[in-house]
Amino acid sequence: MTDVVLDHITKTYEKGSVVAVDDVSFSVEKGELFGLIGPDGAGKSSIFRMLTTLLKPDSGFATVNGSDTVKDYRDIRKKVGYMPGRFSLYQDLTVEENLTFFATVFNTTIHENYDLIKDIYVQLEPFKDRRAGKLSGGMKQKLALCCALIHRPTVLFLDEPTTGVDAVSRKEFWEMLKRLKTHGITILVSTPYMDEATLCERIALIQGGKILSIDTPEEIIRRFPKPLYSVRCNEMSRLLKELRSFAEIESCNGFGDYHHITFHNEAEIEKLKDRLIKAGYSEVEIRIEEPTVEDCFIRLMKSLDNGE
Amino acid sequence: MIIALPVIQLMVLPLAADFEIKNINIAVVDHDHSALSRSLREKIVASGYFRLTVFGDSYPDAFKAMERNKADIILEIPNDFEKDLARDGGQDLFLAMNAINGTKASVGGSYLGRIIADFNQQYRKNLMIQSNSESSSIISINPINWYNLFLNYKIFMVPGILVVMVTMIGAYMCALNIVKEKEVGTIEQINVTPIKKHHFILGKLIPFWVIGMFVFTIGLFLVARIVYGIVPLGSIGLLYAFLALYLVAVLGIGLIISTYSNTQQQAMSLAFFFMMIFLLMSGLFTSIDSMPEWAKWIARLNPVTYFIEVMRMVVMKGSEFKDIKMHFAVTAVFAVVFNAWAILNYRKTS
Repeated sequence: MTDVVLDHITKTYEKGSVVAVDDVSFSVEKGELFGLIGPDGAGKSSIFRMLTTLLKPDSGFATVNGSDTVKDYRDIRKKVGYMPGRFSLYQDLTVEENLTFFATVFNTTIHENYDLIKDIYVQLEPFKDRRAGKLSGGMKQKLALCCALIHRPTVLFLDEPTTGVDAVSRKEFWEMLKRLKTHGITILVSTPYMDEATLCERIALIQGGKILSIDTPEEIIRRFPKPLYSVRCNEMSRLLKELRSFAEIESCNGFGDYHHITFHNEAEIEKLKDRLIKAGYSEVEIRIEEPTVEDCFIRLMKSLDNGE
Repeated sequence: MIIALPVIQLMVLPLAADFEIKNINIAVVDHDHSALSRSLREKIVASGYFRLTVFGDSYPDAFKAMERNKADIILEIPNDFEKDLARDGGQDLFLAMNAINGTKASVGGSYLGRIIADFNQQYRKNLMIQSNSESSSIISINPINWYNLFLNYKIFMVPGILVVMVTMIGAYMCALNIVKEKEVGTIEQINVTPIKKHHFILGKLIPFWVIGMFVFTIGLFLVARIVYGIVPLGSIGLLYAFLALYLVAVLGIGLIISTYSNTQQQAMSLAFFFMMIFLLMSGLFTSIDSMPEWAKWIARLNPVTYFIEVMRMVVMKGSEFKDIKMHFAVTAVFAVVFNAWAILNYRKTS
């Protein structure tokens, strides 16, 4: 059963001059952990705001839990949980007051749905009398998640929940999402971090308001068409420029300690190391690499730019 | 803050917003040097409104003093003032006023005119008693200022300023509140909840309504009564009934402003713009009756006008409900229109 459906949704701003979401269609199954992956300005938040009834699409239609986002917006507001990208709780209310407030707004109590938020709330409990504005980034995000869950939503929308949160808290957060899935909640999460993509069951890669690809992370990686190699040496920045100028190299992108490259012709790999050593590089290391979602994303983005 | 600020304003403003002019600097140019000219001079100084800064018999000297801002008014007493007055029964005095500060000049001029007229009358009386001639009856007018016997400026201003206080607190705080939610982003979270528009608006209205009532109470009982000794002649219940309605209208203005603005800065400038017009066109400082027709219309469409009138009528005159029925009706219309407008304009979806 599908829980969220987008059918040819388009959204423009500034009287049509800025296209934020361009003819996007996809659907999310019930109980799925679905990731919307893309850089800033790709249109992720606009999609979320349309699904949570805060924006009206210019064309196309969308349903959440069977309700139309424009016609039945009242039903949707009762059923979904939304955690905006920016911390949006009352900063001068305490942790407990915020939670009680949102529980009351949804006509429920903390007690009623405590089992759902228990795992998260125990971490907040020591700070329950602290004002929300005075919490650390990770704690704020946990509180926001609690508030979004307090009415036991059927669909949870998390707009860049891990942006600006430290690595440990990010890891914890994804573990929390996995646990929430066991309660049968459909979760849509957006993130600009490609490394988080593999934590989702299915992902949509989005860029410039367009969907590049939708599939499981494994399948997206499997579809990477060519073997990928990583290169490192002593002078990385000179190497990047030089590799890009080589005719036999199809693509070259900096990836932390390594440059990831693909060849037009596989056979060229043998010659590359000698060529680099001749060019004056030392400590040259070339090895085959498993592609990541980021490699796939960059490849898809480039093919889109080339109009393919 | 909410309480201390209006109390301080209410204590300071009436003292400053006082049209009674004192300490007018006067230069007297006396060419006559007679007993009569001296007694006129003394009478002027004794009135308490004037301060004799220059005294001499050269008009150019006095004019220089005016140029140096040492004198606001020059009074020139001609030669043979006493003699001619007795002989011809008439004499001209010359008055020159520095009209840079228009109010000071006109008020000072009229004070001086009154003093001189009074002086003239006394002089004639004395003359008649001396000559024992058949008395041509002198008619004198003794006006009485009803409801404010001594034209005490504070009794007139304090109720008006109290209205301003309540209006500012209501409109400003209410306007800033929803906008703050927009700025901080909390409204985003609230909008994705089943809360209905009118619930949200009511939730914003009620706290400020209570604060408005509270500030008014402090102003009326603490400041007006204890500091200025102003006790309303009319029913206090009636005042509160009107205030309750008026606050709804004023908060409605704040809400409208907040639904149109996206940042606190925008809301502030909008609120400031309207407050300025509302205050200056409310009859607080200037009488509405003397405004041009177009300005009267602005005053009529201004909720502040009605509350200031009600305040003055009830506090000073002891007016009853039947006297201010019209004010109630108009304010009720304002309240309904403003709030309906705000609710319609507040959208959860863009």
